Amino acid sequence: MKETLIDLLGNEALVYSLMAVVPLLWILPFALFAVWWERKIAAHMQDRLGPMRTGGWHGWAQTIADILKLMQKEDIIPSSADARLFTLAPFVVFIGAYAAYAAIPFSAAYVGAEIHIGVFYIIAVSSFVVIGLLMAGWSSNNKWSLFGAMRSAAQVVSYEIPIALTLLAVVMIVGSFDLQEINKAQSGTILDWFVFQKFPFLFIAALIYFVASLAEVNRTPFDIPEAESELVAGYHTEYGGMKFALFFLSEYANMFAVSVIAATVFFGGWNSPFGDFMSGPLWGAFWLLVKGLAFVFVQIWLRWTLPRLRVDQLMYVGWKVLIPFSFAVIICVGFWVLLEG
Amino acid sequence: MEAALTIPGFHRSLKSHEMVLNMGPQHPSTHGVLRLELIVDGEVVIDVVPHIGYLHRCFEKHAEHMTNYQQVIPYCDRMDYIAAMNNDLGYAIACEKLLAIKVPERVEYIRVVMAELQRIASHLLAIGTYGMDIGAFTPFLYCFRDRERILDIFEQTCGARLLYNYIWIGGLSHDVPVDFQQKVKDFCDAFRPTIRELNQLLTYNKIFIERTANVGVLPADVAINYGASGPVLRGSGVKWDLRRNDPYSIYDRFEFDIPVGLGEVGTVGDCWDRYIVRVREMEQSLRIIEQAVASIPAGNVQSAIPKRIRPDAADLYVRTETPKGELGYYIIADGTTSPFRVKVRPPTFVNLSILPAMSRGAMIADVIAILGSIDIVLGEVDR
Repeated sequence: MKETLIDLLGNEALVYSLMAVVPLLWILPFALFAVWWERKIAAHMQDRLGPMRTGGWHGWAQTIADILKLMQKEDIIPSSADARLFTLAPFVVFIGAYAAYAAIPFSAAYVGAEIHIGVFYIIAVSSFVVIGLLMAGWSSNNKWSLFGAMRSAAQVVSYEIPIALTLLAVVMIVGSFDLQEINKAQSGTILDWFVFQKFPFLFIAALIYFVASLAEVNRTPFDIPEAESELVAGYHTEYGGMKFALFFLSEYANMFAVSVIAATVFFGGWNSPFGDFMSGPLWGAFWLLVKGLAFVFVQIWLRWTLPRLRVDQLMYVGWKVLIPFSFAVIICVGFWVLLEG
Repeated sequence: MEAALTIPGFHRSLKSHEMVLNMGPQHPSTHGVLRLELIVDGEVVIDVVPHIGYLHRCFEKHAEHMTNYQQVIPYCDRMDYIAAMNNDLGYAIACEKLLAIKVPERVEYIRVVMAELQRIASHLLAIGTYGMDIGAFTPFLYCFRDRERILDIFEQTCGARLLYNYIWIGGLSHDVPVDFQQKVKDFCDAFRPTIRELNQLLTYNKIFIERTANVGVLPADVAINYGASGPVLRGSGVKWDLRRNDPYSIYDRFEFDIPVGLGEVGTVGDCWDRYIVRVREMEQSLRIIEQAVASIPAGNVQSAIPKRIRPDAADLYVRTETPKGELGYYIIADGTTSPFRVKVRPPTFVNLSILPAMSRGAMIADVIAILGSIDIVLGEVDR
């Protein structure tokens, strides 16, 4: 696709910027949609209606109104905050969330950056987020923010290990870090998806990945860094206006990012579940987005069902449950691959 | 209070300070304007100092300055505004004892139905907000949905949804609506299944149990020494309920059990035990309501007493079991039309005093869980 565009437009820099903008074109409307979607799902789970007025049909314009309100808010920097870090933090968080999209193959024809170490890149760049959270918590000069930042640092760093290990299990089978290669290795029907391969090890790996990814993006039951009933709002207690909106946006961007990574690595990526039926570059993008949204739905569903773990229990789950199991998975898959030759 | 930490091979010593963390009076989980001064070492709480008084409204002084006894009742409403009916009931019973009158049978039955409905409403709020303290948002709305049905019944009866001024000295402000009995029966039938639903969603949720079992354990002797009452005391396994142990109104006519904490998922007297006592009390309240509402006799809802009562000089202490525990009124009458002194023994004020003892050594998230399990209402703590 890149080559075709370069031939067509004749300017390489323009093509690269165009390719870079494509994920943003998806993230922004997605975040608007997902916030509304989350509110509607939550409302219907809780026996109420949720937003119904703004925009007419089922309050579809509610988030747009919210964003407009946030834009008009005064940009407040607390007098005792470290102004530079305080301003920078939401951007760092957003960049971390956004950069992961560069390596995600949205279809057979489109991937922002065709790099051979896609999996490695995504793991590396998504830990960038934690720097932003720490900056936000520290620079706010608020004890609640500091607690939130410390918790999120401990949490994200701990849960990156099971995420990396489970992704490695798939990398061993494919023999490549390239996400397009991983996708191609899953072509065929639904049974060729990695989640059903090497049964049950990769199934467990997918489960571990999903649980750990919830912690990675601070969703219930692991929403400890921003636990509103304990830490008021955690690291973004002091933020308002568009800075707060950026944190919000990156949370939803992150949610979708971990969901499409799960879809790509374990659930066939852009492959159609019906083999050749409904497959092709455009259908590929459709399937990936559908799978991603399905996982986002599960995340929302869990959020409105489960209570929150305590911080020490979170560490217990990470270090004493998920990491040993992911090691076991990686060893078993390794032997399986070795014995198959 | 500095702790020195020496690291081998590192010559300077690292000094760690304890941090003072101010929780409230504006905090999502202090259930009102309570301020907690937490002294923390990282996430571990070393000490908690509750600061109260942000909602002090001079109830006792107001009571002395009213021109008659009846005018105190709206102020009773505003103490525990979550369970206003029960507050009014205690005050009305105290005044009736001063006058040495007996209220009509119909009044007694309606009072019991109202008090028990209010108990369910209060426990629903306690359980719902407790779920939210632990991080579960949905049970909160389920509880509010059911509480709404009770408030609808109250609204139909007396026009108010929160502060009723319904139970008067010697009777009720007015009679119940014609379809009252049917409405209450419908509520009871509809509410039983939702308790089961609540248990599936929250009570026996693994994460919820992890968060509340063995947290904030209150041994029975400590609870008694602090003067705890209500679900906080019963959660520690002490079978003490004034409706049974010191019956007032007509509670001795009904069959009901007194649930106590058994330590089913942890230790006796932990947060889960205090929580489950409330859930089971709602079931028992339903039993009382069903017995009472089926046998409301016909009759008058006002005794023949003057509007401005003038009890003889005397003093007495009357205690009733509100959803939060023992609510006591100590009234001194001096022979005039207004009380000389009304001293209130609020249950949550006493229960809140146990918070530091339960919280030491717990984590910050546990303090929220413990505070929620006490079920305080600041209107009553501060009065």
